Amino acid sequence: MLLALQSLTKTFVGMKALDEVDFELASGEVHALLGENGAGKSTLIKCLTGVYRRDAGSILLDGRDISPDSTSRAQALGIGTVYQEVNLLPNLTVAQNLTFGHEPRRFGIISPRAQRRRAAQMLEGYGLDIDLDRDLGSYSVAVQQLVAIARAVELSGRVLILDEPTASLDDREVQMLFAVVRRLRDRGLGIIFVSHFLDQVYALCDRITVLRNGCRIVTERSDSLDRVRLIEHMLGRELAAQEESEKRHRRSAPLAGEPLLSFAGVGRRGFVEPFDLEVQRGEVIGMSGLLGSGRTETAELMFGIRRMHSGTVSDAEGDLRLNNPRDAIAAGFGFAPEDRKTDGIIADLSIRDNIVLAMQARRGWLRRVPRAEQKRLAADYIERLDIRTSGPEKAVGELSGGNQQKVVLARWLAMNPRFLVLDEPTRGIDVGAHAEILQLVRELTARGMAVLVISSELDELIAVSDRVIVLRDRRQVARLSGSDITLENVVHAIAASDEHREVSA
Amino acid sequence: MPAAVKRILPQLITLLGVMVLVSLVFPDFLSIDYSDGRLVGPVIDVLKRGAPVALLAVGMTLVVATGGIDLSVGTLMAITGAVAAAAIVAGHGLVLAIVLALAAGLCAGGFSGFLVAVVGIQPIVATLILMISGRGIAQLITEGRILTFNMPGFAFLGSGTLLGVPVPVWIWLAVTALAIVIVRRTALGLLIESVGINRRASALAGVNARVILIAVYMASGLCAALAGIITTADIRGADANNAGLWLELDAILATVLGGNSLRGGRFSISAAVIGALIIQTINTGILLAGFPSEYNLVIKAVLVILILVVQSPSLAGDLKRLGSQLSRRAPRRSAKAAPQRSDR
Ligand SMILES: Nc1ncnc2c1ncn2[C@@H]1O[C@H](COP(=O)(O)OP(=O)(O)OP(=O)(O)O)[C@@H](O)[C@H]1O
Ligand SMILES: [Mg+2]
Repeated sequence: MLLALQSLTKTFVGMKALDEVDFELASGEVHALLGENGAGKSTLIKCLTGVYRRDAGSILLDGRDISPDSTSRAQALGIGTVYQEVNLLPNLTVAQNLTFGHEPRRFGIISPRAQRRRAAQMLEGYGLDIDLDRDLGSYSVAVQQLVAIARAVELSGRVLILDEPTASLDDREVQMLFAVVRRLRDRGLGIIFVSHFLDQVYALCDRITVLRNGCRIVTERSDSLDRVRLIEHMLGRELAAQEESEKRHRRSAPLAGEPLLSFAGVGRRGFVEPFDLEVQRGEVIGMSGLLGSGRTETAELMFGIRRMHSGTVSDAEGDLRLNNPRDAIAAGFGFAPEDRKTDGIIADLSIRDNIVLAMQARRGWLRRVPRAEQKRLAADYIERLDIRTSGPEKAVGELSGGNQQKVVLARWLAMNPRFLVLDEPTRGIDVGAHAEILQLVRELTARGMAVLVISSELDELIAVSDRVIVLRDRRQVARLSGSDITLENVVHAIAASDEHREVSA
Repeated sequence: MPAAVKRILPQLITLLGVMVLVSLVFPDFLSIDYSDGRLVGPVIDVLKRGAPVALLAVGMTLVVATGGIDLSVGTLMAITGAVAAAAIVAGHGLVLAIVLALAAGLCAGGFSGFLVAVVGIQPIVATLILMISGRGIAQLITEGRILTFNMPGFAFLGSGTLLGVPVPVWIWLAVTALAIVIVRRTALGLLIESVGINRRASALAGVNARVILIAVYMASGLCAALAGIITTADIRGADANNAGLWLELDAILATVLGGNSLRGGRFSISAAVIGALIIQTINTGILLAGFPSEYNLVIKAVLVILILVVQSPSLAGDLKRLGSQLSRRAPRRSAKAAPQRSDR
């Protein structure tokens, strides 16, 4: 056995995150680690790589007891890791990030040219066309994710660990990543793969281990474990009821009448080409497109994070001013951003504080949301969104990734906006909660709220949207509605080559 | 134990420890007499002399909570003191002198806040500007002299006594209490903390981060003005060169001793104020113990380092872990070993 964990145990204040977990990884296998949000997947990985100190249990690499007490020690042992939250240095260049800690030197001095050459080599095979000398922070989360992966691949001699690496990648990038992973597997590495995308798990992995509430439930070969049983293992309950709610209830014709909001000629030079959009009460608009096609940028413009250079936004009452997020919130907008760590959560504050933050900011500092009301809101959303926590006073930074996402969502739901923009709302969210969140979006719209969903997950987008807008190169290239919303049409619009642009536009 | 008490417990214990230490070298430290309608004794002296740093620490804590730092407060004491003295010398009344000094503090804080929040200069640089240029401004106001005055009403703020207790003590107690009430009874504390932890995410949630930032620097300026008034009133004169000299560093130290992280985020004003008292106790203790004055700074430094190391959370964690490992290790091993072997 390449790597073996024996009765690994880790306790955080007041809760057992891992309870005597056994886990084995053979060389030349891809082993999936699955489980609900908060099941303990990331914790297991962090114990393995020395981020956390385990309370008990042993880790054997090639049969020898190891106890990495820092990530660099783990790397020296040949264990390369991509953590769930990208943890590179945004103000260093791409090349510096890739070679950080093992920079090529000449006469003891870092040679920028060799550094660039080496970085370029590392990125080969990922189909990334980026400037190695630009700051990493200026690229999207997906690009950063790929850079983190390339870096970990380079560092891993024996074991490669990927904690939800594909959450922000589109299909093409996922395929490239898989090709890289298969190559490494054939070279005899052991790979641990964490994901909530079961399709990807079945496509890539040889074995599956399921965790639930910090305990190992099962380890099986993926070809002998069917999907329904897998999900039941993860949830710990029967599945039947869930499937029912997956059925779509799309309206055949869009609601007639006065639009809720209309965006006319809204654009920003070099950022988003001017676009028109009428938002109807109670509709779900899906926004699709490749990475860098301008989806997040469009949302940022709508929410006043960047000023628009042209165009107007109006509702039934007249023109709206959207110079900053506060204006947008005052106009009844909400925005759950894509990158929850830097743009969403306030890590050191409690779940309760995080949920009331937007509401409190809206009321002004003098009118504090009464304590009882805060508690009620927190309890309410912890229950409705099934946020796994030991209580409302836990710091959000200590929650698992998927549960952090739910807290950001709760913050905006508590505001009861009339127009809610969700940028990748289900990223990192487990199968059970995934369906619940889509269900929630439908409930909200039934009460008249309009929702704009941005998602790289086409199935989800198609399932939930009344209309789909496709972006390419920062402009809208297609709009689909009603029965035209099919996977085929969307994929076609996204991928149509440049000659077709005139036709589809 | 209520969370508020739990938060300041390490500081209270430290303060107690330092007091015990001082009592060891100077046994009369804790004795308090009552004469002429006022309390006198080393402890009262600590409370009184600690007033400027305690006041500065209140404002500094708010600034530090936003991830900033205010180096200008010592200098601001000189400026505001000079403003008050100049107003009195020019024949204005008590109230106007105080109002002008406070207004000067607010303006200067607003200036630093503007540089940080709107222009985007790093706090340490933005406040360094006033720290250095401010003494010059104060000298211009006092025209290079020590501006003395005679106004019993104003001097009362520095050396008077109310109900047996020195007036400066009342002032810092009141300001501390007021600040805590404002920050915790309203949502200000939450908004300050959220901006300090993640300014971008806060702004996206609709928090007006700029206004919050400017406000904390103004609050810090106001506290510095009060400290300046007290010092000026105490010596009945404004000394542009020496008033508040290096006190910004003591204020930062007090904040840190109060367990507030310089990276911003959750903060405790009361803990910072206790931190100020710890520093003053050490200062007074060294004097009382009669060490040669060359040793003062060294002794102070050693004590401060010791306190910080003991309070450090990572050290506390390490000690706890070590303890639990020592107590658990032996029995666990033997219990586990047998079944494991039979498994294979
Ligand atoms: N630093 C921490 N302090 C306290 N509790 C923590 C900490 N890190 C994780 N936990 C808790 O441990 C449990 C397991 O978290 P973990 O991050 O391992 O979940 P996960 O399986 O990776 O979930 P996700 O799919 O959402 O990423 C959660 O309940 C979480 O709240
Ligand atoms: Mg995780």
